[in-house]
Amino acid sequence: MATKPKVGFFSFTGCEGCQLVVISMAEKLLDLVGAVEVVNFREASSFKSDEYDVAVVEGSISTVHEIEELMEIRRRAKIVIAIGACAHIGGVNCMKNFNNQYEIKKEVYKDKASHFDSILAQPIDAIIKVDYYSRGCPPNRDGEEFLEIVTAILQGKKPYIPNYPVCVQCKMKGNVCVFHKEKPLTCLGPVTRAGCMAPCPSFGNACIGCRGLVDDPNLNAHQETLKEAGLTVEEILKFYRMLNGMMEVGK
Amino acid sequence: MPENININVHHVARVEGHGNIVIDVKNGELKKVELQIVEAPRFFEAMLKGRRFPEAPQITCRICGICAVGHTTASLRALEDALGIEPSEQTVLLRKAVLEAEFFQSHVLHYYFLVAPDLLGAPSVIPLAGSHPEVIKRALRMKKLADEIITVIGGRHPHPISMVVDGFTHIPAESELRGLLAKLKEMLAQDIPPTLDLFASLKFPAFERKTDYVSLTHPDEYALYNGTILSTETGEIKHRDYKNKVKEEVVLHSTAKHAKGPFKPYMVGALARFNNNSDKLMPQAKQAAKKLGLAAPNYNPYFISVAQVVESVHHLERMIHLIEELLKRGLKDETASRQTIAGWSAKLPQTRKCWGVGAVEVPRGILFHEYRIDEDGLLSGANCVIPTGQNLANIEDDMRALVPTILDKPKEEITLLLEMLVRAYDPCISCSVHMLKVDFV
Repeated sequence: MATKPKVGFFSFTGCEGCQLVVISMAEKLLDLVGAVEVVNFREASSFKSDEYDVAVVEGSISTVHEIEELMEIRRRAKIVIAIGACAHIGGVNCMKNFNNQYEIKKEVYKDKASHFDSILAQPIDAIIKVDYYSRGCPPNRDGEEFLEIVTAILQGKKPYIPNYPVCVQCKMKGNVCVFHKEKPLTCLGPVTRAGCMAPCPSFGNACIGCRGLVDDPNLNAHQETLKEAGLTVEEILKFYRMLNGMMEVGK
Repeated sequence: MPENININVHHVARVEGHGNIVIDVKNGELKKVELQIVEAPRFFEAMLKGRRFPEAPQITCRICGICAVGHTTASLRALEDALGIEPSEQTVLLRKAVLEAEFFQSHVLHYYFLVAPDLLGAPSVIPLAGSHPEVIKRALRMKKLADEIITVIGGRHPHPISMVVDGFTHIPAESELRGLLAKLKEMLAQDIPPTLDLFASLKFPAFERKTDYVSLTHPDEYALYNGTILSTETGEIKHRDYKNKVKEEVVLHSTAKHAKGPFKPYMVGALARFNNNSDKLMPQAKQAAKKLGLAAPNYNPYFISVAQVVESVHHLERMIHLIEELLKRGLKDETASRQTIAGWSAKLPQTRKCWGVGAVEVPRGILFHEYRIDEDGLLSGANCVIPTGQNLANIEDDMRALVPTILDKPKEEITLLLEMLVRAYDPCISCSVHMLKVDFV
C-alpha cells in the first residue's frame, strides 16, 4: 500500500480486552502507529473519522443496532479483521443463546424487559464477510499474532495461521498431557486450532477452545476421550459451548 | 447565559464501554441529566446457571478485560465462601500480589492514557506520543511491568489461567519473582517521582459534592482482597449482608442497572477507598498524597484520578512487600496438599446445597459476586454487582449539581467538563452491562 493505510478499531459486545491487548503492545504499538494512521480508537481517543482502509472489529453481535453498525463498517472498509473469540466464534456471549431469550430478559429487567434490544449473540461473520481472523480470548501470544497478521497485510502477504490442533504446540512446550496428570483435567486442545503456543496447559490448566476448531476436527474421537475421562454427554456439550456455542452451524 | 443548552455526547471516548451523556437545559433550568448506557446486554448471570461451579471464575473474568483478575478473585472468594474452603497463606499472598498488579496497570492506563490527554489539551494519547514522548514511554513501561507480574503469576493478561478454587495450577519460579522484584524497586525509585511531579503540576477542575463513600475496610491493611464493607453514612456491615447496602434498579436509559444504597446514591472506587482507609496506605503512598494535595476526606470527584496516582504508589510498595514475603517463605507446589479445583477437572467434587459471597475491591470500586451451588456441583443462581453500576446514580447526581454552576461557560467547555467528570470515575461500562439479576429464582 502506497499511502499510510487508515485503521479503525470498533467494539461490539464483549469485554474490550482485545483493545487492551492491542494498547498493551507498548513500543510495538508505537511502531505500528508509525506505519498506519489510526482513525478510530474510542477507548484511547476522542478523535473519530468515517474513512478507513482496515477495520479491526472486536466483540459479538447481540443487538439489532449492532447489525446495522457492522454492515456500515463493512461498506466503508476495504479489509475487515475480526479480533478475539467474541468476533471470531461468538465466544462466551453465545452461552446465553441456549437459554430462553424472553425468560432471561425478564429475569434481569422485569416488567421493563421489552425496552431493551437483545438478540442471539453471533460472530461477526454471521453478518458480514471477514477477511482475516486474529484468534483467541484474549488475542493470543499477548497480541503478537495480531501484529503478525497486520504486518503481513501491510506487506501484501497472506498471514500464516496453523491448521493443526493445540496438542502439537503443547507437546512442543514439553507439557504432560492434562488428561494424564495426577489430578486429571479434560481439555479441548485436540480439536482446537493451534497458534497460541498452548498457554493454558503450560500454566497447569486445560484448553477451553478459545481459538475455535481446527478445520476438519475429529470430534467423534474427542468426545469418546472426554467420556472415558468421566464427562457426561451433557457436560461435553457444555464444555464445547463455553466459547464455541456456534460450532454446530459450522466454522 | 444561554437559555437553552442541549448536550448529547454520543459514545464518550476514553472510557471502557459505550455510554452517552445527555443534558437538557430549557430557559436556564436543568430539565434532564442522563448518563445513558448503550452497551449491549450480555446476561452473564443467565449464562452461569447450570454451569459447573469451578467454571465461574473462567467465565466471569470475561466480563471485563481490565478487571479480569478482580472478577476472578471475587468469583473464587464467593465459591470458597460457599464451600467453606480456606485457601493457604501462599495462595492468599499470590492472589494479593496479582490483584495489586492489576490495580497498578489499570490506574496507570487510566491516569496516563485516558485522563492526562484532557489536562494536557490533547484529544488522545497518540499525539502525546509526539509532544511528550518521555511521558508515554514511562506510562507504557509501568503498565508493561504490571502486565508481566500478572503473566508470571496468573499465566496471562487479561483472563488469568492459573487462578482456581483453593490454589494455583502453576506456581511461579523464585528466580522469576526475584527478577520482578528488582524491576519493581527500580520503578519505585525512577518512574514514580516524575509521575508525581507531572500530576502535581496539573490542574483539576474545582467542584465539590459530599456523598456516601463505600469501600472494603480491614484493620491490618489497605483493604482490597478482604474485609468488611464500610459506608461513611451507614457504617460497617459483613460481606454477606451486602444486599442491605446495594439495591439495583432498572432505569430505561441504561442497559446497566443502577445500584443505590438504601437511602441515596454512593461512590465507590479510588477516592472512596482513600477517604475510608488512607491511614493504612504504605509510607511512600502517604507522602505522595501529601505532595499531590490529597487529604481525607476529599469531596471532589475529579480527584478520583489523583487518588489513583496515590494508590498506584501504594500498589508498587505492596507488590514489593508481598513478593519479598513469598520469597522469604519459599514457594511450594501445593497441588497435592490442597484441593486446587480447576474449571474442567475430570471429576467434579461432591457438594451440598450452599451459597456464598465474594466482596473484593477492583480498580473502579467494590465488586460483589454471589453464587448458589446445588448438590450436583452446578450453579443454581448468580449475582454480580459491578462498581460502575454502583457509581452511575452518583455520577448523575454530580452532573445535576455541577451543570447549574457552569451554565455561563461555552457549550464546548461544559461538554468537556462533563466528559472529564465521567472519565474521572473511570467507568467500565462493558462490566456494568454484564446484566444484573436482583433476586435468586
